[in-house]
Amino acid sequence: MEAPIAILVGFFFGGGIYLMLSNSLIRILIGLVILSNGVNLLIFVSGRIFREVPPIIPEGALVPDGVTANPLPQALILTAIVISFSLFAFILVLVFRAYQAIGSDKTPELKVAEPLGGPVPPEGY
Amino acid sequence: MPGQPSDWTFLAMAAPFVAAALAPAAKRAFGGAAGWVLAIVPAAIFLHFLRLVPAVAAGEVLSGAVRWSERYGIDLSFRIDGLSLLFALLISGIGTFIVIYSGPYLKGHPQQGRFFGFMLLFMGSMLGLVLADDFLALFVFWEMTSISSFLLIGFDHNRMAARRAAYQALVVTSGGGLALLAGLLLVMATTGMGSLSEVLAAGGALRASPYYPAILVLVLGGAFTKSAQFPFHFWLPNAMEAPTPVSAYLHSATMVKAGVYLLMRLNPVLGDTVAWMTVLPIFGGVTLVAGALLAVRQTDLKMLLAYTTMASLGLLVMLTGAGAEGAILGAATYLLAHSLFKGGLFMVVGGIDHEAGTRQVAALGGLAREMPITLAAALGAAASMGGLPLTIGFFGKETMYEALAHGSGLAFAALFAAVIGNALMFAAGFAVAILPFFGRRRAPNPHVHQGPAGLWLGPAVLALCGIAAILFGAWTGRSLLLPATLAIAGAASGATVSAAIHLNLAFALSLATMALGILVLWRLAAIRGAVARVLAAIGWGPDRGFDQAIAGLSRFAALVTRTIQTGNLEMYIFVTMAMTAIALLVPMGLFDEWPSWPAFAMPSIAETAMILLAVGGVAVVLGTKQRLTAIVSLGAQGFAVAMLFMLYGAPDLSFTQFMVETLSVVILTLAMTRLSLSPSDHRSVPEFVKDGIVAIGCGVGFGFLLLAATEAPFDSRLSDFFAQNSRAIAHGHNIVNVIIVDFRGLDTLGEISVVMVAGLAILALLRVRTRGKADEAGEGA
Repeated sequence: MEAPIAILVGFFFGGGIYLMLSNSLIRILIGLVILSNGVNLLIFVSGRIFREVPPIIPEGALVPDGVTANPLPQALILTAIVISFSLFAFILVLVFRAYQAIGSDKTPELKVAEPLGGPVPPEGY
Repeated sequence: MPGQPSDWTFLAMAAPFVAAALAPAAKRAFGGAAGWVLAIVPAAIFLHFLRLVPAVAAGEVLSGAVRWSERYGIDLSFRIDGLSLLFALLISGIGTFIVIYSGPYLKGHPQQGRFFGFMLLFMGSMLGLVLADDFLALFVFWEMTSISSFLLIGFDHNRMAARRAAYQALVVTSGGGLALLAGLLLVMATTGMGSLSEVLAAGGALRASPYYPAILVLVLGGAFTKSAQFPFHFWLPNAMEAPTPVSAYLHSATMVKAGVYLLMRLNPVLGDTVAWMTVLPIFGGVTLVAGALLAVRQTDLKMLLAYTTMASLGLLVMLTGAGAEGAILGAATYLLAHSLFKGGLFMVVGGIDHEAGTRQVAALGGLAREMPITLAAALGAAASMGGLPLTIGFFGKETMYEALAHGSGLAFAALFAAVIGNALMFAAGFAVAILPFFGRRRAPNPHVHQGPAGLWLGPAVLALCGIAAILFGAWTGRSLLLPATLAIAGAASGATVSAAIHLNLAFALSLATMALGILVLWRLAAIRGAVARVLAAIGWGPDRGFDQAIAGLSRFAALVTRTIQTGNLEMYIFVTMAMTAIALLVPMGLFDEWPSWPAFAMPSIAETAMILLAVGGVAVVLGTKQRLTAIVSLGAQGFAVAMLFMLYGAPDLSFTQFMVETLSVVILTLAMTRLSLSPSDHRSVPEFVKDGIVAIGCGVGFGFLLLAATEAPFDSRLSDFFAQNSRAIAHGHNIVNVIIVDFRGLDTLGEISVVMVAGLAILALLRVRTRGKADEAGEGA
């Protein structure tokens, strides 16, 4: 059951990371989104895929009726999805602002914080 | 002994630190008299140790201990034998006069209180060092002397030269300190002995250890740097940037002797080997001759004395390594003599500088009439330094000549070095004592006086001590020198210390030394010029080497930073991802933990469709040149993931994912339409290959990781706990929701905070932009 999804996860990681290695900020951002999906699926699958029954306790019962899906990874991923979205939104605005300020979305041109030939450490006393 | 000697000793060890803390307040309270008041502390310490002399002279070893750290088994323990006691008396005795002397010398200096504080701090560290028994306590005090010395050398921190000298001293002596620490730890680890007493009691255990060479090298590294042995000597003359009382105290009488102390202390357990008896005399002899030659080259009186200190330290190291008992007695005597005359001479030079306004030998002359007491003190000290009869220096010189003359080979070379070195030091000593006082009257400051009592009391008393020590030679020998010799050599015969002159080979050598010294003094200018020419011809020394090493270190650091931190985001991501791929795949390969071939159960049609949609979405994003296509495909893979969640029993995730993906696509589209971004992904072929390998490596790595993880047995305890308890304890039916809002409620609070902070940051970014634009508009108008 898990094997096909595991291969899909590998594909997500590969594709996301390939995009992140681009020198275009927007591609890095898109790569990050794909990577996040890959990570979420990774967590999901490592909790095993049991059944399509959601982990909900029926009315009047104290425990779930029979085997359900694993609730724990779902709770973790729910948090992860929201946080990845926050990260996505923040980076998008950052890229947007960087583009407006510098006029480029190419990483080699973004050298304001760490310029080449920047200050060297002092050699005196 | 009256009272509890051990309690009083602890009090004596603690007193300088307390006094150091109170020194600034004392300066404010007593003003100009603060030096006299604070000198009570070292004077009292001196009296305490003087009281212990009879017991130690009778062969007792006094000790005491309190537990410092229970956890690491470190004791704050002391051990007083002849050697420790001699040092303790010198430190507290000379310290008393130095503190008095600092009062008028730094009169009116705004930071005089701080100066007293540093000085007393140093005194406490040095006392602790010579009294400590526990290795780690000894090391802590050792480093404290380095640090307090740094503070004192850099006291005039507004001058670059002072900063450099302080930095240099700290780097050199702390570097040696690290070596010493390693050596002491090695001793502790290989023998299990943690204190001097244990090691000394064990006799030859260290010599027999297979680690002896390593221990020896490390300990010598500490001792040689501290005691300014060639080629680590350069920090000592540079340390003359410190105010003169510091030079007189630290860099002649005490701190630099710490290395000598260590060598003498460990002589019974590390000495008497070929290595010890070769390395020490060679380093010591070279330092002696080099220091003495460099000394006569100087024109600044203080620098001249500084280099003779280096020479004297070399002499002490050489004698310690010579091994013969007579040489050790000579070393102990010379140790005492040197502390007295060098402390005195430095204070004389400081007094001249203070009154006449310069230390340059060429600018001084004829001060004898104005400064008679200073002259007398200088002559007394120089006599001891030159080894004239009726001084303690004479006895020290005779003893060492006597001992070395009866050796062979290396001892003969050592004897030769000793004669040359002593002759040059004779000349240097009398150069300080004669040149400024006689001849034509000249000084930059016309109003030269004898100066306040604080300035001449110290040198006068120390010079007198140098003579009294030999006049009462029987007492000096019995109470101080022979117990010290016993502690250093492990044995002491009953040699008598007296002013008597024996007409033997040693006396002949003494006469030769004096004759040579007088010759050097007479031809001083010519010799100075000759040494200067040789040095100019060499053109490089360890001092410049230090600067080059520090500059090189700085450049190396810059190079490393530039190489690792290129400022290129691509490179950072590449390295991170490449390391991730390596970390995933290499251990699997090394330990053969590849996942086994998975058993494929045919997925349902719906699942297959969603997986294909996800794959297709990612593939299109990778391949497309149209940014709108990329965004739509991104949405497609997101929706596919949402559908997969739905199919596998996670409706909550599915809803959230749908919402987030929709929002992402909308926001991304809005942003992209406002920017004109180049649509295609330009990568050269090598970049494509490089990035492709890393991406595939990571993809395969994570896929394998997941396969391997799912093949392992599933541990359902945590999931079962939530399934069992969410209704019973938390009264909720939807287990996922219960986990989020109840069991892991704090996590959710953190998550909400992250979202809030991200929102605030976005808001801030957008607002900054608006303001920037408004400014631009303002400038444009």
